[in-house]
Amino acid sequence: MKCVIAGGNVKVLGRAVHSLSRIGDELYLEPTESGLSLRAVNSSRSAFAAFLFAPLFFQLYEPGSAGPDTELFRCKVHMKSFLGVFRSLPSLEKSVGKCLILLKPRASRLVLQLHCKHGVTKTHNLAFQECERLQAVFDTQRCVSRLCAPARLLAEAVVHFPPTLAEVTLGTGTSGRISLRNYVEDDAEPSKTMVTELWLAEDEFQSVAVAPGSHITFCLKEFRGLLSFAEASNLPLTIHFDKPGRPVIFTLDDTVLEVHLVLATLSDLDSSSQCPSTNGVSHLPAPPDDFGDDLESYMAAMETSEGCSEGPPSPTFPLRTPQPAKSKPQQQEEEEEEEEEEEEEGAVPGTPPHKKFRSLFFGSVMTPGRPGPATTQEVLAEDSDGES
Amino acid sequence: MSGQAQGRQCLCERLGPAFSDKEKRKGGEDHSAYLGGRGMRRFPSPRGIINTIVKLAKTCILRLTVCKLYFILSDKVANGGASMWCELSQGNFFDEFQMEGVAAEHNEIYLEFVPENLWRALKTAQSAKAVKIKLTNKHCPCLRVAVELPSLSSCSRIVTHDIPVGVIPRRMWNDFREPSMPDFDVSIYLPVLKTMKSVVERMKNLSNFIVIEANLSGEMNLKIETDLVSVTTHFKDLGNPPWASEDGCQSSGQGRDLESMAEACIDIKKLQQLLAGQQVNPTKALCNIVHKRIVHFILLHEEVSLQYFIPAIA
Repeated sequence: MKCVIAGGNVKVLGRAVHSLSRIGDELYLEPTESGLSLRAVNSSRSAFAAFLFAPLFFQLYEPGSAGPDTELFRCKVHMKSFLGVFRSLPSLEKSVGKCLILLKPRASRLVLQLHCKHGVTKTHNLAFQECERLQAVFDTQRCVSRLCAPARLLAEAVVHFPPTLAEVTLGTGTSGRISLRNYVEDDAEPSKTMVTELWLAEDEFQSVAVAPGSHITFCLKEFRGLLSFAEASNLPLTIHFDKPGRPVIFTLDDTVLEVHLVLATLSDLDSSSQCPSTNGVSHLPAPPDDFGDDLESYMAAMETSEGCSEGPPSPTFPLRTPQPAKSKPQQQEEEEEEEEEEEEEGAVPGTPPHKKFRSLFFGSVMTPGRPGPATTQEVLAEDSDGES
Repeated sequence: MSGQAQGRQCLCERLGPAFSDKEKRKGGEDHSAYLGGRGMRRFPSPRGIINTIVKLAKTCILRLTVCKLYFILSDKVANGGASMWCELSQGNFFDEFQMEGVAAEHNEIYLEFVPENLWRALKTAQSAKAVKIKLTNKHCPCLRVAVELPSLSSCSRIVTHDIPVGVIPRRMWNDFREPSMPDFDVSIYLPVLKTMKSVVERMKNLSNFIVIEANLSGEMNLKIETDLVSVTTHFKDLGNPPWASEDGCQSSGQGRDLESMAEACIDIKKLQQLLAGQQVNPTKALCNIVHKRIVHFILLHEEVSLQYFIPAIA
């Protein structure tokens, strides 16, 4: 594979790598006919990100030739090594004119060459490993709810939460408002934890097509990486989500770039009690529709509901049960991963990060709209040589 | 120290004329509290003082009376023996302010809270159209800070922060009385805080203790001494505040040798924390030194007065 990125796009590539570095420790490179795909997954398999750069993004794009029985060559590299080439975004912008990426399987080196000002050329030779295709199973068409917002709106929303906050809950109020709330773990003391909630009006979004009274809880840290990329590129962000427990999919679309971030969400303990009406009572009510500028009526609405609200301090998101022991593969790391992924085929993803979020399903692969023979797209499995 | 809200304790601050009057309800219900409103831009935000407190301690007491707010750190072991007393007139910050304490003759509320939480909530409020603060008791006593932010849409964005607080029962209020002015040996104005801060920060790398000494001729020295090195920074011409005692005579210092230094050796970290929190230069900054006993700092801003006591290391 050989490709050349020129001008301002070098910085875009750099930003993409920064985003991916927030997800996982390894960067997967997959040249395809429709472009170069960079992907990453986190160690607990609860977050997956893919950046697809179309051929038009490049000054020159040669994915290489696939033989009749072989596929285009794929590899993965250490994230730190790749990120190191693009570490300083300001200096990329100022001094790099062109970036060449050359993948020569037989020479077993991935070459990244930056052509900089004043005739300086920086060449990085990275070691890589061959690997199978990394693909999470998700389908945006199957998601009940969809929100589209300018990245700036979401960036302004998350600023109210502390940078260290792990999980956030996105909810849809009954009057069409969208809320973001920090997720409080059930074993945290309610009398010690500050709760922050933000309400956004429907018309701040570019499009809203959501099931009222729904909510999902996902890892904010992993989302922030994509959010800063979206903000810098000034692209609107689309959020596809479904029931709690089903993954949430964030997408960015452009003529030359397509980004997907898939995060597992916290599943509810008690799925039987999920009727929207009970959600409405145990929540803070959404501000009334005639809210306008009147904070006072909002406070009044809060007061009237306080009398009747009851239940645990973190009302709507009770603890997820410990999942049945059959699949806790993410707890054994190292080389077991390939077998684990096969076990998880078809498993419903459960609950959140490190100890909580279980892995996404890495089953068989078809992403919507992606061409490709189904037969070769098997369960992703790591290279049988294991992790280096 | 924390507990359920008692009786009719509530904190109530009403918004300015832009909003309709809210009828005050009786009998055990929480009243809404509002702070600021559109008038808030005329008034400084209490963020500055919260910024200081955040650096000083993990928890703080907020005392509310009809006219004033007090932030209090008592000299418990957790604070290293240092204590703080800070007061502000509520009229300087709130468009309207209403509160009702436990009983008519004890019309005050004492709350324990984590300053970091309040700081974060007020950070949201920086560009707010309106801010309301309310004391509620849904599952546990909370200070609910509701902020209305401008947005491009027809409806504003609302951010609420529920800050858990502990209500201090009346029997413990005596723990938090205003400290009396010590009988000091020397009182002197402090040098420019920014300079003092950078000196102390560098000294902190070398030693855990610092000696502050000053005399009535406007001279102050900051000294550290270790086995390997001793460093002294000298300040001159600082000026000494004229204190008049109640009976009209000059207070302590009368008859004292003008060159003689009063000193106290204190924990350098406490001093550094106090200085680190100062973003804006105070209108007046001075300290009173009781020789080998305690250093009493007084920082006066237009709307806020802050006193900080650091005991001397024996």
